[in-house]
Amino acid sequence: MKARDILKNNKLLTLFLSTFRLSACTFGGGFVIIPLMRSLFVQKLHWIEDEEMLDMTAIAQSSPGAIAVNASILVGYNVAGFPGALMTVLGTILPPLIIISVISVFYQAFRDNPYVSIVMSGMLCGVAAVILDVVIDMTAGILKRRKVLYVLMLIGAFVAVRGFGVSIILVLLVCGLLGVLDAKRTGKEKA
Amino acid sequence: MIYFELFWAFLQIGLFSIGGGYAAMPLIQEQVVDLHHWLTMTGFADITTIAEMTPGPIAINAATFVGTQVAGLPGAVIATLGCIFPSCIIVMTLAYLYNRFRGLQMIQAVLAALRPAVVAMIASAFVSLLILALYGQHDLPADLTTLDLRALAIFLLAFVAVRRFKKPILVMAASGALALILSFLPL
Repeated sequence: MKARDILKNNKLLTLFLSTFRLSACTFGGGFVIIPLMRSLFVQKLHWIEDEEMLDMTAIAQSSPGAIAVNASILVGYNVAGFPGALMTVLGTILPPLIIISVISVFYQAFRDNPYVSIVMSGMLCGVAAVILDVVIDMTAGILKRRKVLYVLMLIGAFVAVRGFGVSIILVLLVCGLLGVLDAKRTGKEKA
Repeated sequence: MIYFELFWAFLQIGLFSIGGGYAAMPLIQEQVVDLHHWLTMTGFADITTIAEMTPGPIAINAATFVGTQVAGLPGAVIATLGCIFPSCIIVMTLAYLYNRFRGLQMIQAVLAALRPAVVAMIASAFVSLLILALYGQHDLPADLTTLDLRALAIFLLAFVAVRRFKKPILVMAASGALALILSFLPL
């Protein structure tokens, strides 16, 4: 209980420790860190809003570099400015740095160990479940806005990326443009 | 100077890999295998395997692995720093701009329109991961019934657990443990 109070009062330390822990668990690629960050920073600590998390995901995705690193910079900066971003970047890169440094020394044994690969394959199933959970929550959030355009964009973007392998950046650009056009149109209607 | 070369090679990887994850692989291959001969193609295939099996971004994993092989621990640190350097500058600037201008109506319209696309991207990443988890390969096989039933059971259990308890890290760890336990059962 006491340790929890200290963490609550020290934002920078919490940012470092929590991104360190999240980064150590992000098997299966960049997007996995998003649900983990969401469950911690949105649902538990209430430091950021659900919609801000989506905005940050869009920015992290469209910027150069690893999504996990970009997302952690955005979260850290949003919560505690430049020092916050420094903490979250450190927290994100240290686990892979440590783990890979150790593994690269004896990776042959690691790669060929059957138990390691069984545990990893099980964790992959867990990761898929965690992501599905977030997709459901986020889709519900979009549907709540009761806007046909957003629903069509959600379906269209999924089909484009999944079915036709359209580049994600292109999809984001098109959606952003549609957003601008839509805002201009509704603006005119109001005026 | 090897440290500078490492830093510069991974800075380019970090700068040009937009979209993360597997988008970085061809860039890493170009720098590490084709241009600098730090790794053979087999070594590169090993990084891919390790990057998939371990947590963390692929580019960071590759930077650490190559850096260690080429110049030990300092090499790993320098390559990793090179890899994140462009992100730090660019994303920090965007974070500043986001916090400053997101109140503007036009920016709000753009951000609101990006959200459905982001959800779609995450949904697509989910489908890829599920295929990998159930079939052990990146693409759907011709015969869909060849799926791993244990993996399916773990996925469904994990899904129920995470919906109910909202504890993702615990669920992921438990999924790994469950896979190990199931592998000892004569199914």
